[in-house]
Amino acid sequence: MYLDPAVSRSVKVLVVGHFAVGKTTFIGSISEIEPLQTEEEITEASEGLDDLSETPDKSTTTVAMDFGRLTLSDTLVLYLFGTPGQERFKEMWEGLSRGALGALVLVDPKRLHESFPVLDLVEQFGLTYAIGVNRFDGTPDYPLDEVREALNLTEETPVVHCDVRDEDSAAQSLITLVKHLMSTLG
Amino acid sequence: MHDEPDGELELTSALVPLFVIAKGRALPAENEYEHTTLVTAREGTSAAARTLSPEARAVMDLIAEGFLSVAEVSGYTRLPLGIVRILLAQMADDGLIFVRNPAPRDQRADRELLTAVLDGLKTRFGA
Repeated sequence: MYLDPAVSRSVKVLVVGHFAVGKTTFIGSISEIEPLQTEEEITEASEGLDDLSETPDKSTTTVAMDFGRLTLSDTLVLYLFGTPGQERFKEMWEGLSRGALGALVLVDPKRLHESFPVLDLVEQFGLTYAIGVNRFDGTPDYPLDEVREALNLTEETPVVHCDVRDEDSAAQSLITLVKHLMSTLG
Repeated sequence: MHDEPDGELELTSALVPLFVIAKGRALPAENEYEHTTLVTAREGTSAAARTLSPEARAVMDLIAEGFLSVAEVSGYTRLPLGIVRILLAQMADDGLIFVRNPAPRDQRADRELLTAVLDGLKTRFGA
Protein backbone atom coordinates (compact mmCIF):
# COMPACT_ATOMS: atom_id res chain seq x y z
CA MET A 1 0.00 0.00 0.00
CA TYR A 2 2.71 2.51 0.98
CA LEU A 3 5.44 3.75 -1.29
CA ASP A 4 9.01 2.74 -0.65
CA PRO A 5 10.48 5.48 1.57
CA ALA A 6 13.19 6.03 -1.07
CA VAL A 7 10.62 7.09 -3.67
CA SER A 8 11.40 10.74 -4.14
CA ARG A 9 9.97 11.44 -7.58
CA SER A 10 6.37 11.14 -8.70
CA VAL A 11 5.13 11.64 -12.24
CA LYS A 12 1.76 11.26 -13.92
CA VAL A 13 0.26 10.32 -17.24
CA LEU A 14 -3.36 11.02 -18.14
CA VAL A 15 -5.41 8.20 -19.63
CA VAL A 16 -8.13 10.08 -21.45
CA GLY A 17 -11.07 9.27 -23.65
CA HIS A 18 -14.79 9.61 -24.03
CA PHE A 19 -17.37 7.91 -21.83
CA ALA A 20 -17.11 4.09 -21.66
CA VAL A 21 -14.06 3.87 -23.89
CA GLY A 22 -12.18 1.69 -21.39
CA LYS A 23 -10.18 4.10 -19.20
CA THR A 24 -11.13 2.39 -15.96
CA THR A 25 -10.42 -1.07 -17.36
CA PHE A 26 -7.04 0.09 -18.67
CA ILE A 27 -6.03 1.41 -15.26
CA GLY A 28 -7.30 -1.74 -13.53
CA SER A 29 -5.25 -3.93 -15.90
CA ILE A 30 -1.97 -2.23 -15.24
CA SER A 31 -2.09 -0.63 -11.78
CA GLU A 32 -0.13 -2.24 -8.91
CA ILE A 33 -2.78 -1.09 -6.44
CA GLU A 34 -6.50 -1.67 -6.60
CA PRO A 35 -7.63 1.40 -8.56
CA LEU A 36 -8.88 4.21 -6.34
CA GLN A 37 -11.14 7.15 -6.93
CA THR A 38 -10.84 10.78 -6.01
CA GLU A 39 -13.83 13.01 -5.82
CA GLU A 40 -13.19 16.32 -7.51
CA GLU A 41 -15.35 19.39 -7.38
CA ILE A 42 -16.22 21.26 -10.52
CA THR A 43 -18.54 24.18 -11.03
CA GLU A 44 -21.25 23.91 -13.61
CA ALA A 45 -23.80 26.29 -15.00
CA SER A 46 -27.15 25.28 -13.59
CA GLU A 47 -29.58 24.15 -16.18
CA GLY A 48 -32.72 24.88 -14.19
CA LEU A 49 -34.98 27.77 -15.10
CA ASP A 50 -33.91 30.73 -13.10
CA ASP A 51 -35.27 33.80 -14.86
CA LEU A 52 -35.03 35.96 -11.76
CA SER A 53 -31.29 35.83 -11.55
CA GLU A 54 -29.35 38.08 -13.84
CA THR A 55 -26.08 36.23 -13.64
CA PRO A 56 -25.75 32.68 -14.88
CA ASP A 57 -26.21 30.44 -11.90
CA LYS A 58 -23.32 28.17 -11.09
CA SER A 59 -23.46 25.14 -8.91
CA THR A 60 -20.83 22.80 -7.62
CA THR A 61 -20.88 19.14 -8.49
CA THR A 62 -18.44 16.34 -7.91
CA VAL A 63 -16.87 14.00 -10.42
CA ALA A 64 -15.28 10.70 -9.44
CA MET A 65 -12.01 9.99 -11.17
CA ASP A 66 -10.18 6.64 -11.24
CA PHE A 67 -6.47 6.36 -10.87
CA GLY A 68 -3.77 3.75 -10.44
CA ARG A 69 -0.09 3.50 -9.55
CA LEU A 70 3.06 1.91 -10.93
CA THR A 71 6.33 1.94 -9.00
CA LEU A 72 9.01 2.15 -11.68
CA SER A 73 12.22 2.11 -9.65
CA ASP A 74 13.48 2.53 -6.10
CA THR A 75 13.00 6.26 -6.44
CA LEU A 76 10.30 6.77 -9.07
CA VAL A 77 6.54 6.28 -9.10
CA LEU A 78 4.07 6.81 -11.96
CA TYR A 79 0.41 7.63 -11.43
CA LEU A 80 -2.19 7.08 -14.13
CA PHE A 81 -5.29 9.25 -14.02
CA GLY A 82 -8.37 8.27 -15.97
CA THR A 83 -9.61 11.64 -17.10
CA PRO A 84 -13.05 12.15 -18.60
CA GLY A 85 -12.90 13.92 -21.93
CA GLN A 86 -16.06 16.00 -21.94
CA GLU A 87 -15.67 19.73 -22.28
CA ARG A 88 -17.57 20.30 -19.04
CA PHE A 89 -14.75 18.64 -17.11
CA LYS A 90 -12.24 21.15 -18.41
CA GLU A 91 -11.76 22.65 -14.95
CA MET A 92 -10.41 19.32 -13.71
CA TRP A 93 -7.95 19.18 -16.56
CA GLU A 94 -6.24 22.33 -15.37
CA GLY A 95 -4.94 20.69 -12.24
CA LEU A 96 -4.41 17.29 -13.78
CA SER A 97 -2.51 18.39 -16.85
CA ARG A 98 -0.05 20.52 -14.85
CA GLY A 99 3.21 18.61 -14.77
CA ALA A 100 1.76 15.60 -16.62
CA LEU A 101 4.27 13.83 -18.87
CA GLY A 102 1.66 13.31 -21.57
CA ALA A 103 -1.63 11.63 -22.39
CA LEU A 104 -2.71 8.29 -23.73
CA VAL A 105 -5.92 8.86 -25.70
CA LEU A 106 -8.10 5.76 -25.85
CA VAL A 107 -10.49 5.61 -28.78
CA ASP A 108 -13.30 3.29 -29.82
CA PRO A 109 -13.04 2.73 -33.60
CA LYS A 110 -16.82 2.49 -33.80
CA ARG A 111 -17.31 5.89 -32.19
CA LEU A 112 -14.41 7.91 -33.51
CA HIS A 113 -16.43 11.13 -33.68
CA GLU A 114 -16.74 11.05 -29.89
CA SER A 115 -12.98 11.43 -29.64
CA PHE A 116 -12.88 14.88 -31.22
CA PRO A 117 -13.79 16.81 -28.04
CA VAL A 118 -11.16 14.74 -26.20
CA LEU A 119 -8.45 15.59 -28.71
CA ASP A 120 -9.48 19.24 -28.50
CA LEU A 121 -8.89 19.25 -24.76
CA VAL A 122 -5.58 17.40 -25.02
CA GLU A 123 -4.37 19.98 -27.53
CA GLN A 124 -5.72 22.96 -25.58
CA PHE A 125 -3.71 21.84 -22.58
CA GLY A 126 -0.61 21.29 -24.67
CA LEU A 127 -0.24 17.60 -23.83
CA THR A 128 1.79 15.37 -26.08
CA TYR A 129 -0.18 12.19 -26.78
CA ALA A 130 -0.41 8.79 -28.39
CA ILE A 131 -3.58 7.03 -29.52
CA GLY A 132 -4.61 3.59 -28.24
CA VAL A 133 -7.33 2.01 -30.36
CA ASN A 134 -9.26 -0.26 -28.03
CA ARG A 135 -10.21 -3.76 -29.11
CA PHE A 136 -13.77 -4.71 -28.42
CA ASP A 137 -15.04 -8.27 -28.35
CA GLY A 138 -16.04 -9.68 -31.69
CA THR A 139 -14.75 -6.79 -33.75
CA PRO A 140 -11.83 -7.18 -36.12
CA ASP A 141 -8.84 -4.93 -35.58
CA TYR A 142 -9.62 -1.65 -37.20
CA PRO A 143 -7.05 -0.44 -39.72
CA LEU A 144 -4.87 2.06 -37.86
CA ASP A 145 -4.41 4.20 -40.96
CA GLU A 146 -8.14 4.77 -41.10
CA VAL A 147 -8.15 5.90 -37.48
CA ARG A 148 -5.30 8.28 -38.18
CA GLU A 149 -7.09 9.72 -41.15
CA ALA A 150 -10.51 9.96 -39.49
CA LEU A 151 -9.03 11.74 -36.48
CA ASN A 152 -6.85 14.02 -38.57
CA LEU A 153 -3.69 13.04 -36.74
CA THR A 154 -0.20 14.14 -37.68
CA GLU A 155 2.19 11.55 -39.05
CA GLU A 156 4.26 11.72 -35.88
CA THR A 157 1.38 10.83 -33.55
CA PRO A 158 1.67 7.13 -32.67
CA VAL A 159 -1.49 5.06 -33.20
CA VAL A 160 -1.48 1.54 -31.72
CA HIS A 161 -3.94 -1.22 -30.96
CA CYS A 162 -4.60 -1.54 -27.27
CA ASP A 163 -6.59 -4.24 -25.52
CA VAL A 164 -7.41 -2.41 -22.30
CA ARG A 165 -8.16 -5.70 -20.50
CA ASP A 166 -4.69 -7.02 -21.12
CA GLU A 167 -1.78 -5.93 -18.94
CA ASP A 168 0.88 -6.38 -21.61
CA SER A 169 -1.12 -4.61 -24.26
CA ALA A 170 -1.81 -1.72 -21.88
CA ALA A 171 1.89 -1.60 -20.97
CA GLN A 172 2.91 -1.54 -24.64
CA SER A 173 0.67 1.46 -25.25
CA LEU A 174 2.28 3.30 -22.35
CA ILE A 175 5.75 2.45 -23.63
CA THR A 176 4.76 3.77 -27.06
CA LEU A 177 3.64 7.01 -25.46
CA VAL A 178 6.84 7.44 -23.44
CA LYS A 179 9.02 6.78 -26.50
CA HIS A 180 7.01 9.38 -28.37
CA LEU A 181 7.47 11.86 -25.52
CA MET A 182 11.22 11.34 -25.74
CA SER A 183 11.22 11.83 -29.50
CA THR A 184 9.47 15.18 -29.14
CA LEU A 185 12.11 16.56 -26.78
CA GLY A 186 14.28 17.42 -29.75
CA MET B 1 -44.14 9.89 12.89
CA HIS B 2 -42.09 6.89 13.88
CA ASP B 3 -39.30 6.80 16.35
CA GLU B 4 -36.20 5.52 14.63
CA PRO B 5 -33.90 3.24 16.58
CA ASP B 6 -30.86 5.15 17.74
CA GLY B 7 -28.47 3.14 15.63
CA GLU B 8 -29.98 4.53 12.47
CA LEU B 9 -29.61 8.10 13.56
CA GLU B 10 -25.86 7.95 13.64
CA LEU B 11 -24.42 10.70 11.53
CA THR B 12 -21.79 9.84 9.01
CA SER B 13 -19.09 12.18 7.85
CA ALA B 14 -20.88 12.65 4.53
CA LEU B 15 -23.57 14.61 6.36
CA VAL B 16 -21.08 17.01 7.87
CA PRO B 17 -20.90 20.00 5.56
CA LEU B 18 -17.55 20.22 3.86
CA PHE B 19 -16.93 23.79 5.05
CA VAL B 20 -17.18 22.53 8.62
CA ILE B 21 -14.50 19.89 8.00
CA ALA B 22 -12.35 22.53 6.35
CA LYS B 23 -13.09 24.97 9.19
CA GLY B 24 -13.60 27.72 6.67
CA ARG B 25 -10.05 27.53 5.36
CA ALA B 26 -9.45 28.22 1.69
CA LEU B 27 -7.86 25.86 -0.79
CA PRO B 28 -4.05 26.00 -0.96
CA ALA B 29 -2.42 27.41 -4.10
CA GLU B 30 -3.06 25.31 -7.21
CA ASN B 31 0.47 24.03 -7.42
CA GLU B 32 0.54 22.88 -3.80
CA TYR B 33 -0.71 19.50 -2.62
CA GLU B 34 -1.35 18.29 -6.13
CA HIS B 35 -2.65 14.80 -6.93
CA THR B 36 0.86 13.39 -7.08
CA THR B 37 2.41 15.25 -4.15
CA LEU B 38 3.65 12.66 -1.65
CA VAL B 39 2.95 13.01 2.06
CA THR B 40 3.69 11.14 5.27
CA ALA B 41 3.29 11.87 8.97
CA ARG B 42 6.35 12.95 10.93
CA GLU B 43 7.35 10.68 13.76
CA GLY B 44 6.20 11.57 17.24
CA THR B 45 3.12 13.44 16.11
CA SER B 46 0.51 10.96 17.34
CA ALA B 47 -0.10 12.96 20.52
CA ALA B 48 -0.77 16.12 18.51
CA ALA B 49 -2.98 14.16 16.15
CA ARG B 50 -5.36 13.32 18.98
CA THR B 51 -6.59 16.89 19.07
CA LEU B 52 -7.40 17.00 15.36
CA SER B 53 -10.83 16.80 13.78
CA PRO B 54 -11.98 13.25 12.94
CA GLU B 55 -11.25 13.82 9.26
CA ALA B 56 -7.77 15.19 9.87
CA ARG B 57 -7.09 12.32 12.26
CA ALA B 58 -8.19 9.82 9.61
CA VAL B 59 -5.66 11.37 7.25
CA MET B 60 -2.91 11.30 9.90
CA ASP B 61 -3.65 7.66 10.77
CA LEU B 62 -3.49 6.72 7.11
CA ILE B 63 -0.13 8.36 6.43
CA ALA B 64 1.46 7.43 9.76
CA GLU B 65 3.00 4.30 8.22
CA GLY B 66 4.52 5.69 5.07
CA PHE B 67 4.32 7.87 1.98
CA LEU B 68 1.18 8.10 -0.15
CA SER B 69 0.14 10.55 -2.84
CA VAL B 70 -2.49 13.18 -2.10
CA ALA B 71 -4.78 11.36 -4.56
CA GLU B 72 -4.37 8.11 -2.62
CA VAL B 73 -5.14 9.90 0.65
CA SER B 74 -8.36 11.13 -0.93
CA GLY B 75 -9.13 7.67 -2.33
CA TYR B 76 -8.57 5.71 0.88
CA THR B 77 -10.28 8.20 3.21
CA ARG B 78 -13.08 8.89 0.71
CA LEU B 79 -12.73 12.57 1.47
CA PRO B 80 -13.05 14.91 -1.51
CA LEU B 81 -9.70 15.96 -2.92
CA GLY B 82 -10.27 19.63 -2.06
CA ILE B 83 -10.85 18.80 1.60
CA VAL B 84 -7.75 16.60 1.72
CA ARG B 85 -5.65 19.41 0.25
CA ILE B 86 -6.92 21.91 2.83
CA LEU B 87 -6.32 19.49 5.70
CA LEU B 88 -2.80 18.65 4.50
CA ALA B 89 -1.87 22.33 4.14
CA GLN B 90 -2.92 22.90 7.73
CA MET B 91 -1.01 19.82 8.93
CA ALA B 92 2.11 20.99 7.14
CA ASP B 93 1.76 24.41 8.81
CA ASP B 94 1.47 22.62 12.15
CA GLY B 95 4.61 20.61 11.44
CA LEU B 96 2.81 17.27 11.42
CA ILE B 97 3.77 15.98 7.97
CA PHE B 98 6.59 15.70 5.44
CA VAL B 99 5.80 16.75 1.88
CA ARG B 100 7.55 15.69 -1.36
CA ASN B 101 6.49 17.68 -4.40
CA PRO B 102 6.03 15.99 -7.79
CA ALA B 103 8.95 15.92 -10.18
CA PRO B 104 9.09 19.32 -11.90
CA ARG B 105 8.95 19.53 -15.68
CA ASP B 106 11.96 21.17 -17.18
CA GLN B 107 13.63 20.79 -20.53
CA ARG B 108 16.94 19.55 -19.18
CA ALA B 109 15.46 17.20 -16.60
CA ASP B 110 12.83 15.72 -18.88
CA ARG B 111 15.07 13.44 -20.90
CA GLU B 112 16.54 11.86 -17.80
CA LEU B 113 13.09 11.54 -16.24
CA LEU B 114 11.51 10.00 -19.36
CA THR B 115 14.42 7.60 -19.70
CA ALA B 116 13.85 6.47 -16.12
CA VAL B 117 10.11 6.04 -16.81
CA LEU B 118 10.81 4.04 -19.98
CA ASP B 119 13.41 1.82 -18.27
CA GLY B 120 11.00 1.25 -15.39
CA LEU B 121 8.17 0.22 -17.69
CA LYS B 122 10.46 -2.11 -19.68
CA THR B 123 11.81 -3.75 -16.54
CA ARG B 124 8.37 -4.15 -15.08
CA PHE B 125 6.67 -5.54 -18.15
CA GLY B 126 9.61 -7.32 -19.71
CA ALA B 127 9.42 -5.43 -22.98
